[in-house]
Amino acid sequence: MNLWLIPILPLIGFLINGVFGKRLAKPVIDAVAIGSVAASFAYTLWALWSLYPIDAAHHESYFTWFQSGTFQVGVDFFVDRLNAVMLLVVTGVGLLIHIYAIGYMAHEGGYYRFFCYLNLFMFFMLVLVLAQNFLLMFVGWEGVGLCSYLLVGFYFQEKFATDAGNKAFIVNRIGDFGFSLGMLLLVTVFGTLDFFKMSDAAKGHPIETQAGVLTLATLLLLLGATGKSAQVPLYVWLPDAMAGPTPVSALIHAATMVTAGVYMIARSSFLFAHTPITMRVVALIGLLTAVMAASIGITQNDIKKVFAYSTVSQLGYMFLGLGVGAYSASIFHVMTHAFFKALLFLGAGSVIHALSGEQDLRHMGGLRKKLPITCWTLLAASIAISGIPPFSGFFSKDAILAAAFHHGQYGPYLYLIGVLTACVTAFYVFRAFFMAFFGEYRGHAHPHESPLVMTLPLIILAVFSVAGGFISVPKWLAPMFPLAGGDDLNLEIISAVAGALGIAAAYFFYVLRPSAAETFKNKAGAVYTLVNNKYYVDEIYNIAIVKPLLYLSRVVLWHGVDEDGIDRNLVDGAGRRARDLGGALRYLQSGSIRNYATWVLTGCLLVILIIGLAGGVR
Amino acid sequence: MSILLLTLFLPLAGFFVLLLLPRNSPLASPLARGIAILTAVLSWGLIAPALQSPATYTSSIDILWISSLGIHFHLGVDGISLWLVVLTTLLMVVGVWISDSLILERKKSFLALLLLFEFGLIGVFTALDLFVFYVFWEVALIPMYLMVGGWGGPRRVHAAVKFFLFTFLGSVMMLGAIIYIAAQAESFDYRQIIAGLSSGTLRFSSNEQLFLFLAFLLAFAIKIPIFPLHTWQPFAYEQAPAPATFLLAAVMSKMGTYGLVRFCMGLFPNAAHRCADWIIVLAITGIVYGACIAIVQSNIKRLIAYSSISHLGFIVLGLFTFDQRGADGAVYQMVAHGVSTGALFVLAGYLERRRGSMEIGDFGGIATVAPSLSSVFLIATLASIGLPALCNFVGEFLVLQGAANVHFWWAVYAATGVILSAIYMLWMYQRTFYGKAQGVNESLTDLTPSEWAPVLVLLVPLVWMGVYTQTFLPAISSANAQWISQSQARDEVQVKLYPALRPNGGLAPASISAALAGRVAK
Repeated sequence: MNLWLIPILPLIGFLINGVFGKRLAKPVIDAVAIGSVAASFAYTLWALWSLYPIDAAHHESYFTWFQSGTFQVGVDFFVDRLNAVMLLVVTGVGLLIHIYAIGYMAHEGGYYRFFCYLNLFMFFMLVLVLAQNFLLMFVGWEGVGLCSYLLVGFYFQEKFATDAGNKAFIVNRIGDFGFSLGMLLLVTVFGTLDFFKMSDAAKGHPIETQAGVLTLATLLLLLGATGKSAQVPLYVWLPDAMAGPTPVSALIHAATMVTAGVYMIARSSFLFAHTPITMRVVALIGLLTAVMAASIGITQNDIKKVFAYSTVSQLGYMFLGLGVGAYSASIFHVMTHAFFKALLFLGAGSVIHALSGEQDLRHMGGLRKKLPITCWTLLAASIAISGIPPFSGFFSKDAILAAAFHHGQYGPYLYLIGVLTACVTAFYVFRAFFMAFFGEYRGHAHPHESPLVMTLPLIILAVFSVAGGFISVPKWLAPMFPLAGGDDLNLEIISAVAGALGIAAAYFFYVLRPSAAETFKNKAGAVYTLVNNKYYVDEIYNIAIVKPLLYLSRVVLWHGVDEDGIDRNLVDGAGRRARDLGGALRYLQSGSIRNYATWVLTGCLLVILIIGLAGGVR
Repeated sequence: MSILLLTLFLPLAGFFVLLLLPRNSPLASPLARGIAILTAVLSWGLIAPALQSPATYTSSIDILWISSLGIHFHLGVDGISLWLVVLTTLLMVVGVWISDSLILERKKSFLALLLLFEFGLIGVFTALDLFVFYVFWEVALIPMYLMVGGWGGPRRVHAAVKFFLFTFLGSVMMLGAIIYIAAQAESFDYRQIIAGLSSGTLRFSSNEQLFLFLAFLLAFAIKIPIFPLHTWQPFAYEQAPAPATFLLAAVMSKMGTYGLVRFCMGLFPNAAHRCADWIIVLAITGIVYGACIAIVQSNIKRLIAYSSISHLGFIVLGLFTFDQRGADGAVYQMVAHGVSTGALFVLAGYLERRRGSMEIGDFGGIATVAPSLSSVFLIATLASIGLPALCNFVGEFLVLQGAANVHFWWAVYAATGVILSAIYMLWMYQRTFYGKAQGVNESLTDLTPSEWAPVLVLLVPLVWMGVYTQTFLPAISSANAQWISQSQARDEVQVKLYPALRPNGGLAPASISAALAGRVAK
């Protein structure tokens, strides 16, 4: 088995297109970019097939990355049941999105550059998933962040795009600051970053009901996860990241990269299991994010922004699942979410493509007949995200909500808020759907259905969005994460009904009575303004963090301390004082013998005094 | 003939030959380039023996130089100096190469000074005699002073004088300390002094150690520079001609950090222990302070200069943790920072030549007109902000690990520098390269083949050092293990002699009085 082939193949694609891409014809670029990912997908399938049923993890070590004293970090890959799921999602959905991008990017400048970055992303994402220690995972982690930066700022002549790219990278850096410190702390405790060695060592560690070193370490790791997976308080970069081309939003900002935080926490469950305090924080962050992002989603008019907030919200569900210990349910949701959210974005991309770049829902409408395939596949994805059985989203979301319900004394409250949010989710997703596909066309472009190279991935993803729920990930992961509780039919019915209610409400407001929505919006007044402006979180961060940092740096540190304080007063001042001192010393040279004698006497006394203080002569 | 001797004197010979050439001689450039390349290749001959036994001094030369004072021309290479020498010779190839296009006046003299500078640097990194070290230290200073003052920007003379006065002040203190040590030890030889200290035949009181340590520290701290002795640096970097800035940042700063390991740690581990907390506070202050000020710079060279203060803070922090990981990371970072900051300054030099300015506001949209230049600048930027799999990451991580092992909060404070570095570098990159090219910028050209060559020379180690550290780190690690264990061993000697001294740098007042008591008893 050569697991290293899985990430290396896209890396080769990156190198070929990166170095020669400018001179290559489009079909060659396509062949290299898609071929490398297809080969990687094929090899993944073959590898998993031959390792099936993967009862024990399969390890491979290549070389020592670095070693210092007893602390060693190896370039080691492995496969177990958990990252097998991730591998399939990343390579499979990744391949579909690569194919789709051929059609979507056909008329864009920087064609080779786009595929080059996309291949590089695949490389880092696969390293992240295959890594057998935290630090190698961190290589992939930062690497996907880099690709996200490059692809968000793909239209680099536009300031909003590069601003969004910077924001994505810098906000993620704050998360990575936590991730790094978490790793540093873990090394001081365990002396290693290898998942397996650490998990063995952690077994002897007591459960920390009071905050201890592991609690701190896991909280720091969690900070990293909130950055990458766009959770409160670091979610602010993801909506802006929609400035990138739509296939990027689908691949990186919906299906794969943003789920890295979920994977990382599931992967280090052996640590989180010891830290109930952190688990509570994870669940709360997840729930808060789910509610907050869903509420913002209602008010957005940019189709990609709606889906972006829904991504943040769905990731919140996954964190809720992690927090209540339902790791397998969260990973299940990672998978189904990859299907239906990638589909939502690709469908949105197909609409945007058809309307020559229009993203505003208010300028869409009636596209059902013009874009039939896009319409039907998007419908499948929308039903899936709304949690209507037997579509895929229902099973995974229900698994999370059921686990939340059975979690401790506050479980039912978690469940209730989760269900309400599911209702809101169904509402705003269908709001977007109805605004785009129903009613009369309100724009001025000439909509046309997308070519087969784009619709085919839509159809395949639609099949998985519909039927993906029957791939029972929780059962597959049962050897690692024991199944909690049985099915509860009542809970299932409640959450399905909540989804249906949301859809019905959207149908009422946006198809039957479009004026009602407007009236409602006007009545809500201040609340609507608050939500529409995303609770002013960006503005608050700007005033509370960015401005003070710049003021501190420019006025206090640079002009104040550096230029005035140190350089002008101390350094140049020392020069001036030397001159002044020289001037002062001139007065000593008075020519009066008596003065000289006084100075000699004073000097002698001083010398004697100093020698005395220092303990006498040897 | 020893390979070290050849590596050392070839640049000096080149310096003299260049001086003899007529002004504007077309031979000057190819000759200087040839010598630099040959020196680099020769220096690779040092690698194999040093890797064999990195904890001892290999390829050594020991010639009696000034017999009346017992000064030997004693040089040798261990795991720490090896990679610094190799780095120096490699970067000098780049320096000579880029000077060809970036220095337009009196090129011959500039190239001659570069070779003299190289001679000084190699000497500093290999000297095993305190006097010889001091001589090379000053030999390296003079050509740099002339390069800044003779070729730099409009305020170059002021910058050069400031640079000279600052560093000379430090050097003089160090010279005093060297003479004092030699008088006590009756030798200038580094290894004899170490042996004397280890066996107890040579002994300094705690106070003596402290003052000697501080004298050395001052010289090194100015050179590095450590906050708050840094104010000569952004000014000098900004005013110096591009190849000189490149060498100032990439190698000259390493003279200071190397001096810390070799002399401050090697000779006065106890004093270093005692001062470690204070120096770490200064190092961390420098990390955050340099990074914060870099955010608001409007000039690319000044920005990288302040970022260097931040990066070098990591090196100092790592060394003073007295932890294997911290020290390994610090020495690794010395080499890695040379490569990554070197690459940034080379590319900045290219930009400056094209645009005649280093103000960020004068740029914008360069990615459209010069995509290759922009791409490699991005790679250097990413290396500088510590992206894993590029050279800076391993060093920074190990330094932080060392800090965390000693005191977790140190790691927390220092790691904020990692966030800030992303902010200032990416903002600078965005304003310089992204956006639409307007005005003069529309006609800027991309990298020429002759500009590509030095870039590639730097890109190779940039990636190599990030991915495969086994080439470099084991030698560094075992050389570090040597001085760390020695410092601990000598602590034990001290403990035996002066029971009040605690092994990990006990409290100063108690140990001073105990030391004095010990003296009186003897």
